[in-house]
Amino acid sequence: MTADVTTTHRRLRETMPALLQGVTQQAPFADALVRLGRSRDDVVVLSADLSKYTDLVPFRTEFPDRFIQVGMAEQNMFGIAGGLAKSGFLPIAVTYGVFATRRAFDQVAMALATGVTGPAIVVAFLPGITTPFRATHQATEDLALMRQIPGMTVIDPADATEQVAALDAAAQHDGPVYLRGLRGLVEQRFAPEGFAFRIGRAQLVADGDDGAIIGMGLGTAWALDAREVLHQGGRSLALLDMPTLKPIDRDAILAVASRHRTIFTVENHSTIGGLASAVSEVIAAAGLSVRVVPFGVPDTWAPAGSIDYVRTGLGLTAEAIASSIVAEGEQA
Amino acid sequence: MTTDEELSRIATSIRRRCVTMCRGRGQGYVGQGLALADLMASLYFDEMRRDPTGALHDRFILSTGHSAIALYATLGELGEYADEELATYGMDASRIEESPLAGLPGFHITGGSLGQGLSQAVGFALGDRLRGSDARTFCLISDGELQEGQIWEAIMSAAHYRLGSLVLLIDNNRMQADGDTAEVMGIEPIPDKLAAFGFAAQRVDANNLPALRAALEATRAQSDRPHGIVCDTLPGKGVPTIEAYEKVHYVRAGDDVWAQALAEIGSTAGVRHASAE
Ligand SMILES: Cc1ncc(C[n+]2csc(CCOP(=O)(O)OP(=O)(O)O)c2C)c(N)n1
Ligand SMILES: [Mg+2]
Repeated sequence: MTADVTTTHRRLRETMPALLQGVTQQAPFADALVRLGRSRDDVVVLSADLSKYTDLVPFRTEFPDRFIQVGMAEQNMFGIAGGLAKSGFLPIAVTYGVFATRRAFDQVAMALATGVTGPAIVVAFLPGITTPFRATHQATEDLALMRQIPGMTVIDPADATEQVAALDAAAQHDGPVYLRGLRGLVEQRFAPEGFAFRIGRAQLVADGDDGAIIGMGLGTAWALDAREVLHQGGRSLALLDMPTLKPIDRDAILAVASRHRTIFTVENHSTIGGLASAVSEVIAAAGLSVRVVPFGVPDTWAPAGSIDYVRTGLGLTAEAIASSIVAEGEQA
Repeated sequence: MTTDEELSRIATSIRRRCVTMCRGRGQGYVGQGLALADLMASLYFDEMRRDPTGALHDRFILSTGHSAIALYATLGELGEYADEELATYGMDASRIEESPLAGLPGFHITGGSLGQGLSQAVGFALGDRLRGSDARTFCLISDGELQEGQIWEAIMSAAHYRLGSLVLLIDNNRMQADGDTAEVMGIEPIPDKLAAFGFAAQRVDANNLPALRAALEATRAQSDRPHGIVCDTLPGKGVPTIEAYEKVHYVRAGDDVWAQALAEIGSTAGVRHASAE
């Protein structure tokens, strides 16, 4: 049952989050994980030789008995996580996105997505282009892969606030969750006070009449900045933040799509199989005549380097996104 | 045949290049580069055969992508990369990536998604056999990579197919990303495990040139067993300032540290292609 688009739009407008500017948090995932460990003694964290690089050291230090180091053996790690999940624990298996998906796809699918009725969490760091290495470390198709697994929930947080909220939500959720992780110094775009996160729910971050953007993960942060550039140029765009790729929030997409002729999607991921695809599927299924213009990693091995360098090369800086949106708008 | 003294000078020059490469951005996989300098000098300047045109007849497969610095520096020593380009190691827009993809000169495969290289080395060795070539394949992996199941699948297949032309070299520096390999996930006794899988296994101090060369020489004998050499190495070997970072997977340091490291290597080192320093 699809809710009436006007009702949904009103709800989205009434629940817009408060935005922050220039705020960062150091290792928000690390703190959230420790808090989770204190509140639940069924939490077991697993690492495949990357605890120092995935903000696990505070948990490992406080709960050495509930930290399992498996060495550099991701397939084994997800298998062990499956056994733990099936014996009543809440496994949180953490590695880089590429290794969780490409290397251990079958293990994640079989060990965590069959026979697991309680919570089980995969946390995937170095999402998309957030690594100085190239194809070996850039997880640019992980979400597309995970979206294919029956019963898998897929979340890509935009900032520190969403990261923390998503971890808590995943721990409450029955069934496997693939959660992207942001490490080290992480931007905080959304005020944590009163922040309402629900798996499967998008949130309207800004409204506007000159087009609509749907962002996911860091794509939402990039879109916020692009929206600001456009705002200064006198254009006001709506921005829908879609942290849950699966299950996708159809109502929110349709509420936005019914008010605009073009939707721009922005994601830190391949434009094949991720947000652009999921949004298009919803729009096509509803029979709407709305263009979807994707921003993300094109069908190529992205360059290596600093994130600014890579974003520039892929046309994903705020300025590049803004000017592409202007150009698209003029064609429409 | 290259003498030990010549190889030692070459290894020192490779070390100098490794440090110089990291100095540009103040960071890099210098510990691995310095540890592997003796092995790389021995392979490229002695053990691996070249055809009359000078092209390599034997093949080196780097599975440990992040140890690329050792290969770059060695190929720099051979003049295959210019020092100016090596100085851009890890910088934006440089092709001297810290962990490059297949296709760069000297890089037959994409290493770095660790644990995959040995399978491809088995494929190269099988291809040589099918083609009737006597080329040998040397594959370098790290001790951490031994924890990946695929490595053991590859080892099993190499023994099953009696690939005597394959030489597995293990950079046994006893550390990995989270610390001491023995604490993270023990993998010893490696030679026993290799032998149980059907390899002719050795262990050698790979920072001792004469011993290392003897171990490599022993792999030349015609055999239907693949060879495995556990190369015990010391991260940062030969440069006390960097040796002090022994348990550090990736070094970031101020310019004073790099300058000091270069001073410790000494300026008379680079004999073949004087470094740009
Ligand atoms: C399949 C895979 N898993 C994890 C990583 C992340 N990673 C990069 S280096 C490394 C440590 C591996 O140990 P080793 O190669 O022995 O490291 P070194 O001794 O060179 O520090 C890890 C886990 C990776 N590159 N590939
Ligand atoms: Mg090691």
